[in-house]
Amino acid sequence: MNSTLLITIVCLSALGLFLSIVLYLVARKFRVDEDPRIDLVEAAMPGANCGGCGYAGCRAFSEACVKSDNLDNLYCPVGGNDTMKAVADILGFQVQEKAPMVAVVRCGGTFEKREKTNLYDGMDSCRVMSAMYAGDTGCSYGCLGMGDCVKVCNFDAIRIDPQTGLPVVDSDKCTACGACVKACPKLIIELRNKGPKERRIFVSCVNKDKGGVARKACEVACIGCKKCEKVCQFDAVKVENNIAYIDFYKCKLCKKCVDECPTGAILALNFPVKPPKQESVNDNTPS
Amino acid sequence: MKRTFSIGGVHPHDNKLSSGAAIENFPLPERVSILMTQHLGAPASPIVEKGDKVKVGQVIAKPVGFISGYIHSSVSGTVSSVEPVKDFAGRSVMSVNIDVEGDEWVEEIDKSDTIIKEISLDPEEILKRISECGVVGLGGAAFPAHIKLSPPPGTKAEFLLINGAECEPYITADHRVMLEHTEELLIGVKIMMKALGVEKAIVGIEENKKDAITAINNKLGEYPGISVMELKKMYPQGGEKQLIDAILKRRVPALGLPIDVGVVVQNVSTAFAVYQAVQKNKPLFERVLTLTGGVLGKRHNFRVRMGTSLDKLLALYPELGLEGRKIIHGGPMMGKAVSVTEAPLMKSSSSILILDGSETKRGVRSNCIRCGKCVDACPMGLEPYLLFRLAGAKRYDDLEEIMVYDCMECGCCMYTCPANIPLLDAITIAKSDVIKIMRSRRK
Repeated sequence: MNSTLLITIVCLSALGLFLSIVLYLVARKFRVDEDPRIDLVEAAMPGANCGGCGYAGCRAFSEACVKSDNLDNLYCPVGGNDTMKAVADILGFQVQEKAPMVAVVRCGGTFEKREKTNLYDGMDSCRVMSAMYAGDTGCSYGCLGMGDCVKVCNFDAIRIDPQTGLPVVDSDKCTACGACVKACPKLIIELRNKGPKERRIFVSCVNKDKGGVARKACEVACIGCKKCEKVCQFDAVKVENNIAYIDFYKCKLCKKCVDECPTGAILALNFPVKPPKQESVNDNTPS
Repeated sequence: MKRTFSIGGVHPHDNKLSSGAAIENFPLPERVSILMTQHLGAPASPIVEKGDKVKVGQVIAKPVGFISGYIHSSVSGTVSSVEPVKDFAGRSVMSVNIDVEGDEWVEEIDKSDTIIKEISLDPEEILKRISECGVVGLGGAAFPAHIKLSPPPGTKAEFLLINGAECEPYITADHRVMLEHTEELLIGVKIMMKALGVEKAIVGIEENKKDAITAINNKLGEYPGISVMELKKMYPQGGEKQLIDAILKRRVPALGLPIDVGVVVQNVSTAFAVYQAVQKNKPLFERVLTLTGGVLGKRHNFRVRMGTSLDKLLALYPELGLEGRKIIHGGPMMGKAVSVTEAPLMKSSSSILILDGSETKRGVRSNCIRCGKCVDACPMGLEPYLLFRLAGAKRYDDLEEIMVYDCMECGCCMYTCPANIPLLDAITIAKSDVIKIMRSRRK
């Protein structure tokens, strides 16, 4: 064996040993004690990093869970009750079950029901369009159809239906993270109770104009006539600023308001179809 | 060598088609809708109710908060309702709707044409009068005039610049005011000089308005302290910071105001409105508006009452179909397209421009080729192509670093872009986001 090789091996080994000692000492000195439960909680997370919980990502949420004394204000909408139960088991907390939520699009103004009054040729973004003006239809509250909600969805759960120009939510894929709710400049999308057997009733309109103006702009607009408010026995419907809103905690899904609504602005989804007595209004029912 | 601002700018064809049309009084409509958001800042709050009788010049709404303004009735008649109407953008805005009956003015207003040269009020009274008469900057932004004329404590105005650049193509309203109300305008400038306590005022006018320059120069003898500067034709010369750069060669710092370099800028039409408010006690309820466009047979400069519906103006051209045409409220560069033609005119309505579809069509968007034309054109020295890319990626910290907040939305970048990239559309949104973030940090 030649001596050069020997010197090289010895030198490099010595250098390696020295540096590893330095690294070890540095690691000792700057060691950060981390709660091992954070890793456990993170492992239980869905790992979507969507921010639906209000934290920067799954890791930040896990840290918050571990630091917190209870899980009252912490909820992972993507993982839902199962995930939260797993987290509670790891941390030894009690957790309250929450009803699963889903995003609903509160606009029924399809191409046929809501006529275009002008032509928009700007950038294809709802935010840009809404910063410029009220929209290319007579309704200044309705969906602009440029798909900002689609662009932000991490779960491929929302798409624009080319037939209607309105977003459609796939309730199986929707995790209720709320990204689309924040992205919509018209505040049309809302997180609502998923409901038993996915049955839900909601007002599919956000137009605050007076009845006549709203109706002129769109056939299925809520005109604020208060018929639904009167017919509801459970005090679930409130009409304010010419627009009805159904409180989904109070709603018992009796469908009386749906039958009463003169414009068909109230939608009832996933109910068994009655014998054809009246026209169905479930045009933008998610499939 | 005629002056202009030192960086950026574009040369759109000026198309001043209506510069020869004298100001005409537009007939009174049957009904007006006076919007509560005719100024920058908080909407005014109505003080009249349905059924009230009002006279021309009567206060119908009071300001709410510091940046806000008084609003006066532009007609006499009965208030038919106080409810929201759609503005030009189609948004519902609170409005006082009045059915017109006759033309009865409030007694305090001096309706005569005699020119009052003596300025009897002292500075505080002048500011009070300007505020109570609801005078706003008539260049386009409609910023309440009295706020600009009362500099914050610790600052001192040295110059008053009067913006007669009218750099937007097509618009000729300011030009006609300079020609037809020269004397009144100069008295208005004098009044503002008194209010500010400044010795020097400079009127900046672009070279394409030679007759206005001559008209003002002829009257200058009686008004020491005021001078006129001829400026090169260049857009956006009417921007405050550009005008200061062009005339005084001073640079307003980023996020700063003109007063930081000792300057206050007001528009020529504002000077005329100040004259009317202070000397004639006449509130701002009418303004000169240009109705123009290549497709119109005859173009006009009208004196219209606020709240007149745009439909009334369009009714002058019964043969003109609106199908495929674009109506713009304001100038072609910074104005906004109109989507509701029933909407009422406002204090900021300097022009109604009707363009043919072929003139306004956006080209097909292609990829950025890094030609740097937008960088050359930006009068604020920004890099629009970079802002656009960072805006798309929502990199707000980087956007802040390259000073997106300095963008004044003049549209030069988009005008000059050979790839038809909607630069301004995205930058505007990013700018508002970044400013929101900066404000929340300051709290």
